[in-house]
Amino acid sequence: MRLRCPLCGERDRREFSYKGAAVALDRPATEDWSAEWDDYLHNRANPAGETRDLWQHAAGCGAWLVVTRDTVTHAVTEVALARDAARGKGAA
Amino acid sequence: MRLAGKGRNRDAEEVRFRFDGRELRGRAGEPLAAALMAQGVRVMGRSFKYHRPRGVMTAGSEEPNALVTVGRGAGREPNVRATVQEVHAGLEAFGQNAWPLVDFDVMAVNDLFAPVLGAGFYYKTFMWPRRFWEKVYEPAIRRAAGLGALSGEHNPDPYEKAFAFCDLLVIGAGPAGLMAALTAGRAGAEVILADEGVEPGGRLLSEDETVAGQPAHVWVATALAELAAMPNVRVMTRTTVTGAYDQGTYGALERVSGHLASPAPELPRECFWRISAKRAVLAAGALERPVAFAGNDRPGVMMASALRSYLHRWGVVPGRSAVVFGNNDDAQRTARDLAAAGVHVAAMVDARPDAPEVPGVPTHRGAVVTGAAGGRQGVEAVSLRLEDGREERLAADTLAVSGGWNPTVHLTCHMNGRPVWNEEIAAFVPAEGAVPGLTPAGACAGVFSTRGCLEAGARAAREALADLGRQAPAAEVPEAEDAPYRLRPLWAVEGKGRAWLDFQNDVTVKDVKLAARENYRSVEHMKRYTTQGMAPDQGKNSNVAALAVLADATGRSIPETGTTTFRPPYVPVSIAAMGAGAQGEGFAPVRHTTSHAASRARGAPMVEAGLWYRPSYFPQGDEDWEAACRREARMVRAAVGVADVSTLGKIDVQGADAARFLDFVYANTFSTLKPGRVRYGLMLREDGHVMDDGTTARFGEDHFVTTTTTAAAGEVMAHLEWVRQGLCPAWDVRLISVTEQWAQFAVAGPKSAELLDGLIDGGLDKSAWPFMSCGPVTVQGIEGRLFRISFSGEEGYEIALPARYGAALFEELATRAEALGGGPYGMEALNALRVEKGFITHAEIHGRTTAFDIGMGRMVSAKTDCIGKAAASREGLSGPEREQLVGFRPVEEGAAMSAGAHVFAEGAEAVRENDQGYVTSVAPSVAFGGWLALGFLRDGRARHGETVVLVDHLRGTRVRATVQEPVQFDPEGGRLRG
Repeated sequence: MRLRCPLCGERDRREFSYKGAAVALDRPATEDWSAEWDDYLHNRANPAGETRDLWQHAAGCGAWLVVTRDTVTHAVTEVALARDAARGKGAA
Repeated sequence: MRLAGKGRNRDAEEVRFRFDGRELRGRAGEPLAAALMAQGVRVMGRSFKYHRPRGVMTAGSEEPNALVTVGRGAGREPNVRATVQEVHAGLEAFGQNAWPLVDFDVMAVNDLFAPVLGAGFYYKTFMWPRRFWEKVYEPAIRRAAGLGALSGEHNPDPYEKAFAFCDLLVIGAGPAGLMAALTAGRAGAEVILADEGVEPGGRLLSEDETVAGQPAHVWVATALAELAAMPNVRVMTRTTVTGAYDQGTYGALERVSGHLASPAPELPRECFWRISAKRAVLAAGALERPVAFAGNDRPGVMMASALRSYLHRWGVVPGRSAVVFGNNDDAQRTARDLAAAGVHVAAMVDARPDAPEVPGVPTHRGAVVTGAAGGRQGVEAVSLRLEDGREERLAADTLAVSGGWNPTVHLTCHMNGRPVWNEEIAAFVPAEGAVPGLTPAGACAGVFSTRGCLEAGARAAREALADLGRQAPAAEVPEAEDAPYRLRPLWAVEGKGRAWLDFQNDVTVKDVKLAARENYRSVEHMKRYTTQGMAPDQGKNSNVAALAVLADATGRSIPETGTTTFRPPYVPVSIAAMGAGAQGEGFAPVRHTTSHAASRARGAPMVEAGLWYRPSYFPQGDEDWEAACRREARMVRAAVGVADVSTLGKIDVQGADAARFLDFVYANTFSTLKPGRVRYGLMLREDGHVMDDGTTARFGEDHFVTTTTTAAAGEVMAHLEWVRQGLCPAWDVRLISVTEQWAQFAVAGPKSAELLDGLIDGGLDKSAWPFMSCGPVTVQGIEGRLFRISFSGEEGYEIALPARYGAALFEELATRAEALGGGPYGMEALNALRVEKGFITHAEIHGRTTAFDIGMGRMVSAKTDCIGKAAASREGLSGPEREQLVGFRPVEEGAAMSAGAHVFAEGAEAVRENDQGYVTSVAPSVAFGGWLALGFLRDGRARHGETVVLVDHLRGTRVRATVQEPVQFDPEGGRLRG
């Protein structure tokens, strides 16, 4: 498997580490436990098809990435910086 | 036998080798199977289940029968195909799955029991008594049935792995592959041409035909010379591409030195390649398939095309008199070529009523071979059924068989592609776009003429390059054989006696029919019930025929019946090659501190902490670990000790929002910390459990240095970067790991200030360094940092200098400590000191504990949000039902407790239902004598003073202990404030 880091170019999978669904970008703003927090922490779709994951180019530039890929074909359709994705959501 | 003047290796050097202890002669570089054939050796292996004598059947890596063990001693290699292993001087090979020898195998008695050893026999025969399974049946079956065995010793041979990159990977160097490589190479693309064989050329080396008006092998040599002259083309021989993976990654196994008589010591035996290719052309060719008939596994029965390989390439034939049996034009080539080479061809048996005649050979049209009869050494006679139904029997010692060709579609199935049935050639061909970026060309796509393959290779390369935005000039495709492929499907011939489908796993036509009768109608079920296709050849020789027999038995068509899944690797790959470099010290990186050499010089045994190695203790005389630990701990309590703490993670945090960032990632607050001060921090995961802890020092308004535990340093760094980039991307904060930039040492004990006073430039003014202060210092003019912190409970400091001064600083500190009645201390003493103080490590914050559990619930910031705050407030993560951090002290003075023991109330039975908690850390105590422990106990903070029982079922111990405050020594902290 190979991923195209927006900063470093296409690299082998061994340089990256995986975190989980890109849902982690949507951190609830509240400080109290709620159903929204439950969804954020625990509830994940398991799609046969497009999925968005967080990866870090750990053995490279250290950038966190949002990778859009297909769990059936394994095609990677987009790799974006998590920083840009987070800014796009208007995060702090 | 060898035919005089035949074979393209006529001039090869003659060498001596051994097979099953016999010294034989062969030509250097020819396959072991060819050398054995030349010497008249017909039995090269024994079958898996019935121990039937078997001879070589193919001339390639798909060989099911001729499996041998190469070499002796620790590095001996089992299940090497004699068709792949090259002969060299001194080669030693042994037959397998036989005792004492393949030529005379006592185990062949199994064959007499064949009637009860059919498909699924072990499910039916060895059902009871149940307890016999593990002890009696399985070991006995395993001994009797099997392949070669490893030595069981450590493998001493070197292996390697490597990476390669290219624009175009061409898999296979037959006519299609060579044309693809030439086309792409001429266009300037970076090309890797990988071929399994000893020399590129594929079938062109094995056939008597012409390309561009010259003998095919001469054209191959010309093409290779042109490729060799191109700096952008790399030709890899003895290299099998074993798998197709995501994003154009391919696995390949290169056999590097197994063919050499005395390989240079630096040469690996094999190298496992990971090739990253922008595009690939699959030119893997096709595999000829057998026809099942009675006795078709006897030595002397061979694939028709394999016979041509042995004849044309190596000048050997398996016998003097042959029958050729086929259902297609290609089979007739074997009759023609054998006759031309002077071998007596008793008959061409062609299943097609409209087959052409082979000149000079008695040709039986519409006829089939019904059986091969013979003795231990193989075929002696061949029975035929002629078109008019008459039976005939011919004397022959060689029977060439061709049931047609199966395209080598395997790699196109590695990413879930299902091959498609092509009625015209009665075979599976690759599905369109099965592997992104890979184009099948030539025989592997069902194109069987040489000219067709040459054209397909050129076209595939041009298309691949066009995809990459490169123009390849239209190549001139040379003139070559372009006959149509005419075939009449034939899978099995009805008759008496066992007809083999899977030679390697001893699966017969009858077994597949039995599976169908017992309702294992799905191809996947049939495969598992009969084990067809599950041997090392992975069904390369048998899958399609077995499928056809199953289809017939269940009254379905072949495409309706489906196929099983081809998975990587295409050929067996040794684990040693895949895991090359990861044995022994290569298993994980090794990190040494700057004091490593000095610690070893002082006799310290080292203990792993993450990837780091840290000293356990510094023994004096014949001290054991406990004696050394107690002495070192006493030394710290009474005088001064020095310990390397550089392995703790150090993260430099800078920026206008640095303080705000730390408030967010730690449960407690850092923005209120004054420059020049240090504070303990507790870090939570977003799920509300403790992630890590450590101290953070503030050196300036916008500058912090935070520390992590040794083992969690990488995890914490990744986490902080995640929060910074993913959750607060607009904040002005930067992080960098400086763990390896600083050598840092703890100096602890009542004499620590005295030691440092003599070391630091200008001395140490204790009043300027209160507990939890930090700041810059210089040592002999070198700028460093000093922290007044303590993990021992004593007055303590940590001094840090740039890592290049670490070794010298350690020596200096140790020498000064020794002069004051102290010295260096190791991990054991460090642990003993912190257990007395109730300081936690990852033994306590093991991932399932909350801030509440360790008594730090109130540290979680009430004012601002922080990671883990919401989840930590969940029901069930705090309260009396939680197991809470406590200390344990044995009731009986000196009783040894153990980490991992579980806690039970006195009088309660020590079973899971009564489990009240567990012990996490145990250490010798110098303050109290004997041993102390930390652990978790349900509602523990309310139970101080209670007597409980610590039960370790694993070690069989049972100790009564009293529950304590976790901080058992100096709870007021007067000593560490000094």
